[in-house]
Amino acid sequence: MDRLAAVEQDQLKTATPGFTPGDTVRVHLKVTEGGRERIQAFEGVVTARKGGGVRETFTVRRISHGVGVERIFPVHSPRIERVEVTRKGKVRQAKLYYLRRKVGREAKIKENR
Amino acid sequence: MMAAIIGRKLGMTQVFDEAGNVVPVTVIQAGPCIVTEIRTPKRDGYAAVQVGFEPVAERKVTKPMKGVFARAKTAPRRLLREFIPTAGETYAVGQEITVAAFGGGDLVDVIGTSRGRGFAGGIKRHNFRGQRDTHGVSLMHRAIGSIGSSSMGRVWPGKRMPGRHGGKRVTVKGLRVVKVDAGGHLLLVRGAIPGPRGSVVMVRKTAAAARPGGR
Repeated sequence: MDRLAAVEQDQLKTATPGFTPGDTVRVHLKVTEGGRERIQAFEGVVTARKGGGVRETFTVRRISHGVGVERIFPVHSPRIERVEVTRKGKVRQAKLYYLRRKVGREAKIKENR
Repeated sequence: MMAAIIGRKLGMTQVFDEAGNVVPVTVIQAGPCIVTEIRTPKRDGYAAVQVGFEPVAERKVTKPMKGVFARAKTAPRRLLREFIPTAGETYAVGQEITVAAFGGGDLVDVIGTSRGRGFAGGIKRHNFRGQRDTHGVSLMHRAIGSIGSSSMGRVWPGKRMPGRHGGKRVTVKGLRVVKVDAGGHLLLVRGAIPGPRGSVVMVRKTAAAARPGGR
């Protein structure tokens, strides 16, 4: 298994972004449209981090035009240019799936620090 | 059929391609293999190339086999396999075959032994549907049902029934080589291959005739 880990090793990003569930992040994505590459941002609350190694992913939830949208990104995806933490959240759960049932003020997360 | 190599399945993981897409891959520790014998139609009745993989202690090898390895001027090998070379390809005894024989993007066939599942029922072995859980079904939920008519008086040969499942030679054709690590003797192949981790597999280039789409 160690040789398998070595294969995964060079797929990993060196600096893993330091954010946890509850934080509000801005994910800067590289988007290719008609041969041109540009950066698109997706901002929302991190509701989960799952998996380990190259398989690790995180879920970002935001309310867009009144509809809840969740996107799952691989932490080590080369398509993610950077992840910017805009707000630290104070939460007690590792997975914030309960936010799906909450609307408006109830879905708000208290700030940490 | 051209260039073939023996290896061991290390396991599955995922890698990112140039576009940043996640690609599921199986990592195979393959080669270096040594050509130990050449089978010729004149001497053996068929044409093939025999290759050896994984060094083994001298004392574990039989006397006749020691002669084979001596002629190839190589240390004894644990595993021997034969493949049929394509017309025009020549191999010499003692020649080394490494993963460098493969390139990224090549289509390959992977031959291995599937996981043994023991004596398995019709649902697992032949993808039968089984019967209902309710509506009066009694003691027959996973049974295979009727095996023929009474006027026939016998069961058709080849009727699919429960029995030994897996543990057989399986060939998966047309898998794409995602990456070749010549230094570490590793092949990264897209998708799944037969057998558990650590099992012996043979990787060969897909015959040109069977190569249109590929996965």
